[in-house]
Amino acid sequence: MPQVSMTVNGKPATGQIEGRTLLVDFIRETLNLTGTHVGCDTSQCGACVVHVNGKAVKSCTMFAAEAEGADVLTIEGVAAPDGTLDTVQQAFHEHHGLQCGFCTPGMVMSAKALLAENPTPTEAEIRDYLEGNICRCTGYHNIVKAIMAASGQDVSKIAAE
Amino acid sequence: MYAFDIERPTTVADAVKLLVASEENQPLSGGQTLIPTLKQRLASPETLISLTGIDEIKGICEDDSGRICIGAATTHAEVASGAGKYPALAALASHIGDPAVRNRGTIGGSLANNDPSACYPAAALGSGAVIVTNSRDIAADDYFQGMFTTALEPGEIITEVKFPVPQKAAYMKFEQPASRFALVGVFVAQYEGGVRVAVTGASEEGVFRWSEAEAALSSDFSASALEGLSLPGDGMISDMHGSGDYRAHLVAVMTRRAVTAAG
Ligand SMILES: Cc1cc2nc3c(=O)[nH]c(=O)nc-3n(C[C@H](O)[C@H](O)[C@H](O)COP(=O)(O)OP(=O)(O)OC[C@H]3O[C@@H](n4cnc5c(N)ncnc54)[C@H](O)[C@@H]3O)c2cc1C
Ligand code: FES
Ligand code: FES
Repeated sequence: MPQVSMTVNGKPATGQIEGRTLLVDFIRETLNLTGTHVGCDTSQCGACVVHVNGKAVKSCTMFAAEAEGADVLTIEGVAAPDGTLDTVQQAFHEHHGLQCGFCTPGMVMSAKALLAENPTPTEAEIRDYLEGNICRCTGYHNIVKAIMAASGQDVSKIAAE
Repeated sequence: MYAFDIERPTTVADAVKLLVASEENQPLSGGQTLIPTLKQRLASPETLISLTGIDEIKGICEDDSGRICIGAATTHAEVASGAGKYPALAALASHIGDPAVRNRGTIGGSLANNDPSACYPAAALGSGAVIVTNSRDIAADDYFQGMFTTALEPGEIITEVKFPVPQKAAYMKFEQPASRFALVGVFVAQYEGGVRVAVTGASEEGVFRWSEAEAALSSDFSASALEGLSLPGDGMISDMHGSGDYRAHLVAVMTRRAVTAAG
């Protein structure tokens, strides 16, 4: 079986893979990092979003072999080593940006990618960017609000508490 | 997924060699179409030849005749941010799927796949682009041969796509909200020699040029020049998302909007 090596959350990660091993399977099953979720079989839900070389990708729609040498960030690598939540995570917590939490890892990773590209997005820009992240619980409102708050913007004008 | 191997060559020459080694081998670009297909076991390649490690088919440049030349393995996100010389093309790329799809999916993969609802085929046909492969140049008018069917021969790899830059252009997509593909999309481009109108998402034959609209717009580039023009619903895709008649109606609406947007 071929071997793949990459950096995951700042640490070297190496493992045996098959050609068909998806990046998400390598992350969840070889590295036991189960924060990255799989919500669909059709590349549509975004629960599996991680960053590969700084870009948001669906780890269910990329082969592990394609991540050879890459720098991968998963939800486990987002908080500080002592467990302090990062700004986006803290904002999701404060603004109730989650209910069951299944979509949350992907939402947080997409939100972080958005804020890296566009530090003060409008509400419309946030909704547009989250097009590939499906949430079955929240109705998105508090997710959008959390991301606005994480970007340091006033959220009092966003209706509906 | 059935089992297969992956090879990651770094040159087109090596990729072609690996590809022709077996009839069961297949190129892999961004995987945003191929991986979902493999998951459904609708394909069973022996070896996937990844094109993502080949630098010579990535990036955007301009040739001596002012055409925008895009490497086949250039992602939608890179076209969205890097094809500023052709704003309608950059805008089209920036609305394909979602950000994560755009960070992996490539122009070469989209054109090779020729999904009847994909966006890039409309841009390529609407611009009279040239699809360059490892062995030849193919004019867009000869390249698209029906749903999921192209002029590509087995073992042939798209390396680059060359777009002549129009005076004005716009793409209007009526999104199918679940898939984010085009329920109907229309690309309109005005060149010195005339106007081209390419329609995706509508016909059972895949992307096509609407010649009556081209003729009308070539003499008067305005939405009003399209008044009274319509296409029949026969031969249009009819499914749970919309009937053939509905799609035919949308083609006319989206064409008018594209002309207005092009200014
Ligand atoms: C959720 C979602 C939403 C999407 N929305 C849209 C949309 O709105 N509009 C749209 O147009 N598309 C959409 N797509 C499709 C997306 O644009 C794909 O990226 C694209 O169609 C295929 O490109 P790829 O690089 O991913 O190719 P792959 O999936 O890797 O390959 C596709 C096919 O092309 C072949 N191939 C790949 N590269 C080459 C090459 N250089 N030469 C010869 N053959 C090659 C492969 O063998 C395969 O058969 C969406 C996809 C998803 C998952
Ligand atoms: S698991 Fe649904 S998009 Fe990856
Ligand atoms: S919180 Fe349950 S799916 Fe989003």
